Amino acid sequence: MIAFATLILEYLEIFWVFFITNILGYGGGPATIPLVQHEVVDVYSWMTEYEFIEMLAAGNALPGPIATKMAGSIGFSQAHIIGAIVALVATVVPSLVLKIMLMNFLMKHKDSPRVKRMSLYIKPTVAVLLGIIVVQNFIVSFAAMAIWHVVALGVGSYYLLEKRKIHPSLVILIALIYGGGMGVFS
Amino acid sequence: MKKYKDLTMGFLRAGVLGFGGGMACLPLIQREVVDKYGWVTEDEFGEIVAISNTLPGPINTKMAGYLGYRTAGVTGAMIAVCATILPSVILLILLLETLTRFREYSVVAGMLQAIVPVVGVMLGIMAWQFLTAAAKEMKWLLVLGQLAIVALLVVTLNLHPAIVVGGVIALALFMPVKTQNTANGGDES
Repeated sequence: MIAFATLILEYLEIFWVFFITNILGYGGGPATIPLVQHEVVDVYSWMTEYEFIEMLAAGNALPGPIATKMAGSIGFSQAHIIGAIVALVATVVPSLVLKIMLMNFLMKHKDSPRVKRMSLYIKPTVAVLLGIIVVQNFIVSFAAMAIWHVVALGVGSYYLLEKRKIHPSLVILIALIYGGGMGVFS
Repeated sequence: MKKYKDLTMGFLRAGVLGFGGGMACLPLIQREVVDKYGWVTEDEFGEIVAISNTLPGPINTKMAGYLGYRTAGVTGAMIAVCATILPSVILLILLLETLTRFREYSVVAGMLQAIVPVVGVMLGIMAWQFLTAAAKEMKWLLVLGQLAIVALLVVTLNLHPAIVVGGVIALALFMPVKTQNTANGGDES
């Protein structure tokens, strides 16, 4: 009985984390990354900061929406298949139901300055929150490998992504090969 | 029946080909639902995107779910959402399980280390895009001011990010609106 109750409580916590982060996630999936990190690392301690960054890195190496990849894999690591389903439902359903129900109402108000301001004002905030994760990524990297590897990977991927407009999946693949070699020869 | 199959294929393609999440997926969805299947016109698609932006939550699934619902009811919505998210979720779970199993091997450990700074760069580019998108509609000085305030609140005062986000949304909704509104610049999508 107690085991059953703790299981239910765990599902409720998973639901709550992904419900609250996505209902506040203006600007889509990427905007929810810092919020999810705060909940699962700082509030609930489901994973360490390093594990989160690793999960995020692996998630970004794959295609598809980032919010649901995060939800599914964190839910799965907490409570297996049902955990993954609970996290996905909490991520997807509330905003979708709102949209289907409010479509006509929003159609009338989509040009209202208040509504427009909302998605505008949130952008610098999201930029700061994402920027914090970027800093954490590099702190973790500098601790894990030689400085010149971090510089080579950072500058190299920026050059390929932004200057040469190489597809992200290809850049990740190159990084994986580089990392494999780095692992073997270190 | 054919509609269900089309929804599955269309959103499977849009989901699996999209990298980076968020806005990046929109052209791929548009290609399927406007150009290939003609479920909505280009204008309607633009309106649906605009309305999506007024609501929180992932853009991808809001778009897929709504378009699926419009095309084939509740079943359509479920099919479109599952086709969008399931392949990538299952792939990531498998990948993480495999990686943790083989992480003692130096090759795998090296690979895991190497993608962290690369993803850092990707997220940095994303953060920069959020900033430039904001700067299209308001002055850089305001953008930087907001940047400084949020950084102060979250980093120095250690405030919960959800509270900061909630505060910003409340401010946008309840602050009085100036009558002369010059912010009419760039488009969201």
